[in-house]
Amino acid sequence: MAIHLHPVPFDPAVELARFEASLPRGSVGATASFVGTMRNHNEGDAVAAMTLEHYPGMTEKQLEAIIQEAREQWDIIDALIVHRTGDILPGNPIVLTAVCSAHRAAAFDACRFLMEALKSRATFWKKETLSSGDTRWVTKNT
Amino acid sequence: MAIKVKFFASLREQQPEGLSQVEAEGVKTVSDVWERATATTLVPAQVLCAVNLEHREPHEAVSDGDEVAFFPPVTGG
Repeated sequence: MAIHLHPVPFDPAVELARFEASLPRGSVGATASFVGTMRNHNEGDAVAAMTLEHYPGMTEKQLEAIIQEAREQWDIIDALIVHRTGDILPGNPIVLTAVCSAHRAAAFDACRFLMEALKSRATFWKKETLSSGDTRWVTKNT
Repeated sequence: MAIKVKFFASLREQQPEGLSQVEAEGVKTVSDVWERATATTLVPAQVLCAVNLEHREPHEAVSDGDEVAFFPPVTGG
């Protein structure tokens, strides 16, 4: 299990390669991954930047619990969650989830579960800066 | 003795005078912590609560030394 919170930009390809390299060689038959990226628009407005606040301690605990639930539900080898914090620009990756398993079904399903559970339970909050200069908290996840 | 209180995101901005801790005496639930810390009654329906880093409901119990947090719906990912 690996959880990384990054206050600076990260490269999903590098994170994924590092994760795969940490697993026993030959054990993995399938890797599913998802990358969420910051859009330059939201709810009809142009967005110039975003700040991601989180609850240190609770965020990590919730993400660990989510991975543990995935382990109990699917036959997976390991899982990874990487999430940005701090100031983010359009085009920057926000989140990476990845699951390795022996067969593809568990990897696909568990990876989807990690993302959906993270979006509803992990203690992150987005504050957008619009191109107009106005700021607003994002009030609901899409 | 005391209970630690934290506010996050829009709630932190809306509660600039919110207390960072409250006296534990007479405080039995998460809702009691909210009333002491914000000087307002009833936790608003859209506000989420946590005790010691776990999601909790306003009616649930708190103890001396706990960390109680209040925040809006999460928007990560």
